[in-house]
Amino acid sequence: MRTLEQTTQEVLELAANHFKVADGSLHAGDDFYKKLGIDSLQALDMLSRLENHFQIELPDYEVQGVSDFKTLAERIQARL
Amino acid sequence: MLDLRKYSSIGESLREALETFPDEVCLIESDRGEEKLRLTYREFKERALPLARGLQDLGLAAGDRVSIIMTNQSKWLISAYALFCCGGTMVPLDFKLKPEEHWQLLKHSSASVLITEYGIWRQLSASPARAEVPNVKTVLVTEAPPDADLLGAQRWEKIQGSGEPVFVPRKRADIASIVYSSGTGGSPKGCMLSHENYLAQCTALTAWYPFWPGVRYLSILPTNHSIDFMVGFFGPFVCGAAVVHLRTLRPEFVREAFAKYQITYVTLVPLVLKNLQKGLQARFDELPASKRRAFEAMRKINIALTRNQPRLALSRRLLKQVHEGFGGKLEAIIVGGAFSEPQTLQFFYDLGIPVINAYGLTEGGTGVTVNDLKPFRADTVGKPLPGIEVRIATPDVEGIGEVAVRGKTVMAGYLNDPDMTAETIVDGWLMTGDMGRFDSMGHLQLFGRKKNMIVTEEGKNVYAEDVESAFEGLKVKEFCVFAANYIWPQRSMTAEKLVLVIHLEQGQAFTPELKNEIAARNNRLTNYKRVHGLVVYADDFPLTASLKVIRKVLAQRLGNLEQEKVVLPI
Repeated sequence: MRTLEQTTQEVLELAANHFKVADGSLHAGDDFYKKLGIDSLQALDMLSRLENHFQIELPDYEVQGVSDFKTLAERIQARL
Repeated sequence: MLDLRKYSSIGESLREALETFPDEVCLIESDRGEEKLRLTYREFKERALPLARGLQDLGLAAGDRVSIIMTNQSKWLISAYALFCCGGTMVPLDFKLKPEEHWQLLKHSSASVLITEYGIWRQLSASPARAEVPNVKTVLVTEAPPDADLLGAQRWEKIQGSGEPVFVPRKRADIASIVYSSGTGGSPKGCMLSHENYLAQCTALTAWYPFWPGVRYLSILPTNHSIDFMVGFFGPFVCGAAVVHLRTLRPEFVREAFAKYQITYVTLVPLVLKNLQKGLQARFDELPASKRRAFEAMRKINIALTRNQPRLALSRRLLKQVHEGFGGKLEAIIVGGAFSEPQTLQFFYDLGIPVINAYGLTEGGTGVTVNDLKPFRADTVGKPLPGIEVRIATPDVEGIGEVAVRGKTVMAGYLNDPDMTAETIVDGWLMTGDMGRFDSMGHLQLFGRKKNMIVTEEGKNVYAEDVESAFEGLKVKEFCVFAANYIWPQRSMTAEKLVLVIHLEQGQAFTPELKNEIAARNNRLTNYKRVHGLVVYADDFPLTASLKVIRKVLAQRLGNLEQEKVVLPI
């Protein structure tokens, strides 16, 4: 079982990889809309990648209104 | 299609539709590419009537308000029909709101019953705001796991009354639903829409764009939105058509659904349309040079042959692969909810995919003007729908003024807000707050807003005043939020932004700490509600005798400053 820290780290790495930004440039408290300059559809696209990676299903409503990596990782952790 | 003149309510029309098209498919539900459910009108009725009876057994009576907070799915529509059978008034809320926002609107609407999904209910029931909303007496939740703690709710699936429900008739003037067009945080704007509004709107829309049995409408916009309720439920049902729901609106599943279900119509907001355009363009750019040349040649031929009107059969042959990607049956993409850029609309039309650009607002019963494709115009929002009067109030020398709307589709008013209603509906005319003018062909063109609000590309209305609560307690003398377009009119309805205007105390410096505090508060707002710029204003704000900011005057004063010089990024 992953710890929340591990989950958060994996979310950050996956997001960096998905949006092609340098590893280590994203942080747990970052607002991903702002930091990555993405819109809500691109955020949904990222969720599919996260679902595949963590082998979970995240309903859309679980992540609507979430905009920082930390909360996103917590929502994922709750479903692991 | 049913002749809607014969019916006096949504419930009565739907009841007739269920009897008229028993063997037609009315609903398809898919989750992550897998079909989960397919219902005929008969099967829909068999699920809805026991629920209606169950709601009556729980005491639901005519006029009682029932809120639905669900993602687009079959149980949303079944619940809506059941509540209309009971004579209830629907309060559909956006499932994407935060729990405290939901509770605020549940309180404002005086809903006594809430129907929601278990996952959403878990978030709602954990919110402290629940305690402040005693009016919600009954909560039904769908899809709760077998051993789940229902947290005071009842299982939707178990609400099965025995025997036929008593159908409760409603009059055309009765309120069918309370739809929140915007406004959480400040003053909720609950549009009271009558049965007449819906019946008139449906008649007007289907006069130009009818549905028929066999049509498959892909319902992507949330059904709480007036557009989707009309074209993704009521309209298709009274025509015997089918609605396709996707439980997960990830772009890859949406793309797949077009082909898999051979979608006939879909309504998209500009953001999604632009995303589709980007994806298609990327695929065109990847074509090898020879194929690319052949494709461009076909596109040019299509453009020449569809100049005066769409010719779907021809376009489907000329640009076969593109059309097959959309399932080969797509009649048109309806675009609404916000303003679309003409080049995006033109991109699709050039591919032989008609784009029906429409303009409307919840207060006007949804659609006001629609492009009739005779011929296609990317630069306008079309002509007034049959039965809807549109005029330009107090036009300037260029003919631009406020768009005003009159007709049977105009709402009854805002719930519990006679003042705002009186400001908005003047002598029977709905003052939209949007600035426009008619061209010589009778098409409406839009040029900006008169109201201090923005509409995002996702179709979200954001009133500047509603965002101010996020900055309450900020250590400055005073502050105000404005739509940049309201202060510095751009004659544009795209890329609209909000700005925060602050006035510091005498001798107070604009410190990095204050800037960080503003940024942190801004980040706590839902992303589409955030302000994008900051103005540090040097003078006192103009105030009324009761010390309220006179926004109009302040906006005029700010308008004398140069936007580029005074707006700082946040």
